[in-house]
Amino acid sequence: MKLLNDFIGWVDERFPLIETWKYHLSEYYAPKNFNFWYFFGSLSLLVFVIQVLSGIFLTMSYKPDALFAFASVEYIMRDVQSGWLMRYIHSTGASLFFVVVYLHMFRGMMYGSYRKPRELLWIIGVVIYLALMAEAFMGYLLPWGQMSFWGAQVIVNLFSSVPFVGNELSVLIRGDYVISDATLNRFFALHVAAIPLVLAGIVFVHLIALHAVGSNNPDGIEIKKNKGSNGIPLDGIPFHPYYTVKDMVAVVIFLMVFCAIVFFAPDMGGYFLEANNFMPANPMQTPAHIAPVWYFTPYYAILRAVPPMFGSQFPGVIAMGIGAIAIVFLPWLDRGKVKSIRYRGPIYKAFLASFVISFIGLGYLGMMPVTPTYTLISQVLSVVYFAFFILMPWYTKIDKCKPEPDRVTFK
Amino acid sequence: MTDKVDRSKRRLLLAATSAAGGVAAVGVATPFVMSFMPSERAKAAGAPVEVDIGAIEPGTMKVVEWQGKPVWIVRRNQEMLDLLPKHDEELTDPTGSVPQQPDYCNNPNRSIKPEIFVVIGICTHLGCSPSYRPEVAPADLGTAWAGGWFCPCHGSRFDMAARVYKGSPAPTNLIIPPHQYLSDNLLLIGDDKKKGAA
Repeated sequence: MKLLNDFIGWVDERFPLIETWKYHLSEYYAPKNFNFWYFFGSLSLLVFVIQVLSGIFLTMSYKPDALFAFASVEYIMRDVQSGWLMRYIHSTGASLFFVVVYLHMFRGMMYGSYRKPRELLWIIGVVIYLALMAEAFMGYLLPWGQMSFWGAQVIVNLFSSVPFVGNELSVLIRGDYVISDATLNRFFALHVAAIPLVLAGIVFVHLIALHAVGSNNPDGIEIKKNKGSNGIPLDGIPFHPYYTVKDMVAVVIFLMVFCAIVFFAPDMGGYFLEANNFMPANPMQTPAHIAPVWYFTPYYAILRAVPPMFGSQFPGVIAMGIGAIAIVFLPWLDRGKVKSIRYRGPIYKAFLASFVISFIGLGYLGMMPVTPTYTLISQVLSVVYFAFFILMPWYTKIDKCKPEPDRVTFK
Repeated sequence: MTDKVDRSKRRLLLAATSAAGGVAAVGVATPFVMSFMPSERAKAAGAPVEVDIGAIEPGTMKVVEWQGKPVWIVRRNQEMLDLLPKHDEELTDPTGSVPQQPDYCNNPNRSIKPEIFVVIGICTHLGCSPSYRPEVAPADLGTAWAGGWFCPCHGSRFDMAARVYKGSPAPTNLIIPPHQYLSDNLLLIGDDKKKGAA
């Protein structure tokens, strides 16, 4: 024990070890009224680690070559010892990453976590989300199945609808005039090296920004306004051990769900792994029904809902892009007097509910084949989706809010 | 030696250094961006392909690969050709005013020979390959369907000359590649400069 203490002392003289531990864990004071919604931030971090680890092991057996990619994934599934497990962990992790991130984002929306002083924290979070979408999209090409190929074909062609430079832009992304070996090879490089590095960096910045401004809480009030004589917020408790222990419970439950999916339903009825992707990529034939993986379908439905204008698909692409990044503007759209949904009036609650319904509804429609009825419903839901943002400065202002408490409450 | 700092000189030096550094950064970035463009090998691919069309039955389609894309060759039967001019008002661009075809195919049938139709099977919307649905008025496509192609990705509809119907997400008709006949049954796709063989 003395040896260990001496060693820590030796390190501490040369590196701010104890100071960092205290600042980020043992003396980081988080509000004491966190509920289960606050699990999803640390769970996102857990899934990130799972994805990096399982990804590294997959990389050891995978071949990023259009001739060998599909066969190397089959080799991982059938011949590599525990290869099937690595792959199912990675594919399940991809979908569950979006599950926990979507819940994490919704938590921020409900409790007004994007409001001052956490605007930058929110923006960094949106950047993580966008990087995550790029990571997922590029990873999906690697198995080189039919959905990999045609999904990439559609998404890369979105860029070719950009006026004037679109064609050159899509050629630049593909490195060829069609999705080909060059595209697969560069997506592999971006998926296993570039974007994970970026993600690790911005996740770090996200945590630094969080610990600078402090965590929000379900009441949406600032615990730093009520400090004891020792300068510690009266409603704050040290993150370690209180929340590390609490998060461990969430980790156990999460891993139980994770394992249940990996072992019993790795393709989740076609939602996590699509049936058509078990066929090798065939540039000559599009599958009869193609849809992106579930986490992209709300935006995909918006894309399909917008008809071409002026002989160009670009307006739909713009709508899709704005749909994906609209949340970044929340800090400046929200004019409400209170942050948390607990003290908001009925108008905000109705709009938030309609937003959730439109997001889930669009997600469902994005998986369905195109019919005139579905297109009409998609159009209606797209309007509802954007109305949540566009009308926000108005309805948050006129809404009747309840008074916020001075100190945090437990419900 | 004076303690006075010449701030304007510092600003000038800072601006000059930043500008020079910026130019250098762009210079260094150029080869990296260039490496993203198609390689010489990718540019060299895409030689014309010869296709024997003798075995294509009337009403059926053959798919060949050219420049990594599917090219459809259909031998349209008389019924299909008769239906073609009957729905011009439902089409976005019935006359081919957008140059999606070589001049020698800018005719009502969009082809050199009326019955043989050659087209690149890539939807002008987002690049899926539409399905061949030659039957008239099938249950899933409605009674107005006069045969053609239906894109499974986003529901674009094309007639038997690959002209897009109004209301489809695809903005233009499908592209007809340059092609020529080397003999009655031998088609060359990707090159329309007349050769001695013709």
